[in-house]
Amino acid sequence: MNVTQLSAFVTNKPGHLQKVLKVLADENINIITLTIAETMDFGILRMIVNDPDKGYKVLKEHNITSSITDVLALEIDDTPGSLYNALDVFAKLNLNIEYMYAFTEKREGKAVMIFRFEDIDSAKKALSDKGYNIVRKIDIIGENK
Amino acid sequence: MFNKEIESMPVDKMKELQLERLKWSIRHAYDNVPFYKKKFEAAGFHPDQFKSLDDMKRVPFLTKQDMRDNYPYGLFAVPLNKVVRVHASSGTTGNATVVGYTKNDVNVFAEVVARSLVSYGVSENDVVQIAYGYGLFTGGLGLHYGSEKLGALTVPMSGGNTPRQLMLMQDFGTTVFCSTPSYALNIADFIEKNMPDFKIESTKLRIGVFGAEPWTEEMRAEIEQRLKIDAYDIYGLSEVIGPGVSAECKEKNGLHVFEDHFYVEIIDPDTGEVLPEGEKGEIVYTSLTKEAFPGIRYRSRDITRLYHDGCSCGRTLVKMDKVTGRSDDMLIIRGVNVFPSQIESVLMGFEGTEPHYQIVVDRKGSMDDIEVMVEVNEKIFSDEIKVMNNLSKNIADRFRSSLGISAKITLVEPQTIPRSEGKAVRVVDKRKGEA
Ligand SMILES: [Zn+2]
Repeated sequence: MNVTQLSAFVTNKPGHLQKVLKVLADENINIITLTIAETMDFGILRMIVNDPDKGYKVLKEHNITSSITDVLALEIDDTPGSLYNALDVFAKLNLNIEYMYAFTEKREGKAVMIFRFEDIDSAKKALSDKGYNIVRKIDIIGENK
Repeated sequence: MFNKEIESMPVDKMKELQLERLKWSIRHAYDNVPFYKKKFEAAGFHPDQFKSLDDMKRVPFLTKQDMRDNYPYGLFAVPLNKVVRVHASSGTTGNATVVGYTKNDVNVFAEVVARSLVSYGVSENDVVQIAYGYGLFTGGLGLHYGSEKLGALTVPMSGGNTPRQLMLMQDFGTTVFCSTPSYALNIADFIEKNMPDFKIESTKLRIGVFGAEPWTEEMRAEIEQRLKIDAYDIYGLSEVIGPGVSAECKEKNGLHVFEDHFYVEIIDPDTGEVLPEGEKGEIVYTSLTKEAFPGIRYRSRDITRLYHDGCSCGRTLVKMDKVTGRSDDMLIIRGVNVFPSQIESVLMGFEGTEPHYQIVVDRKGSMDDIEVMVEVNEKIFSDEIKVMNNLSKNIADRFRSSLGISAKITLVEPQTIPRSEGKAVRVVDKRKGEA
């Protein structure tokens, strides 16, 4: 199972991000990692949470525009050049990365990167072929209640 | 011409016909609708005093509010068992307005739509696909009966479902497409985005019939170029009959009013005074033949002018300018007249952007600034910045090409645009109060 990311649309003004975080906290949704892409007017909040389906549901109930997308979580050695090598695999195969960000915590000495591809299945296959370790959903968020 | 005798009648003869019919229509309303009787009496007017077209200025106006107040059947002039159809418009505020048709009214409606189609060059050999909504709205059934009356092969597709519209267009050999102008642009966008191999030239499409919302010459140019058709305006109001009150001819320069059924005047919207031919003002309609729902001096709020220009098409019927908006909500932005309805029609071309938007006009220094705020719902939301930025950019481009104004597009969270009575407040003019 792919790792799923919860995304939300937030106005780029004080208090708006806080509101989203409060809605999730009130419903006991744990944010494992989070990143924000922003423009002058708005930001897109991207999160890996322990229960993305429930997160999506509660955001919707609070009129917060959100979506769920499959992303690819990849284990990378915590050594110089390893991210470069991974990107090189994608470049050679013409796999377009829409965006990426790093996990805050390391897993057993390794870094975890989240990638958003246009074509996630081709990316997964290419990486497995090259011997990369694709992190499964269960490894990140645990057993889903 | 579908009805050569009427459509090319000498102007003087038409005036005679109108006078005779006006006498009947005013008397019909007075005798059969208590509302008119009361209203005429309050204004000190009696149908016996109506002797020449010049007496028209003594007849009181009918407003949209009068129609709402008489919901649903209060303005009908025949018993309900003579009424064979009703249509209703939802209106933007308050009650719906309901209009009724006798058998004869339905025939007149079909006749004026058939005349419109012929003036665009449609004939019985055409395949007419109707993508207006069928139902209480007059667009779908109006075009349908007109097309059948003409004898064209009529495809009652109704609105929406773009992939199916395109499939039918190809399979049925559609030559004439009828819809709102914003839906036509929507179709062009859909082809560009989802069907790169679809060649519009490979269809038999040649004529587009567009109406039900105001549209600009820029939109016409864009539709014609992208769909490879001739695009014509059909104009009408459900309060008067529906589409087919007036229609463009091949000149694409003004719409001929079918004035044997509808008497038109231009008034100053502030004083109610009748203006001479050629001057711009609010157009007022009086039905000449309608049985079920006579409309006497109905104030449309549409701004236009009337003129005779000896049109090359041979029609002697008076012409009106293409209506681009309503009198009560026009904005002037950097000297350009813009109607909220036009802004709406631009946004309607982008699935998911309506119904919640707001236009904020402000003055920065000596320049007018226009900002369009669009609420982001799930339909248009993406987790990719690129997609969101493209959406704003495409909307801004469409504003520039359709309306000739550059607007800043701001994407905002749902429920952030203030609502009054549950509806979004569409226009905020911060310049108000300045001289
Ligand atoms: Zn003409």
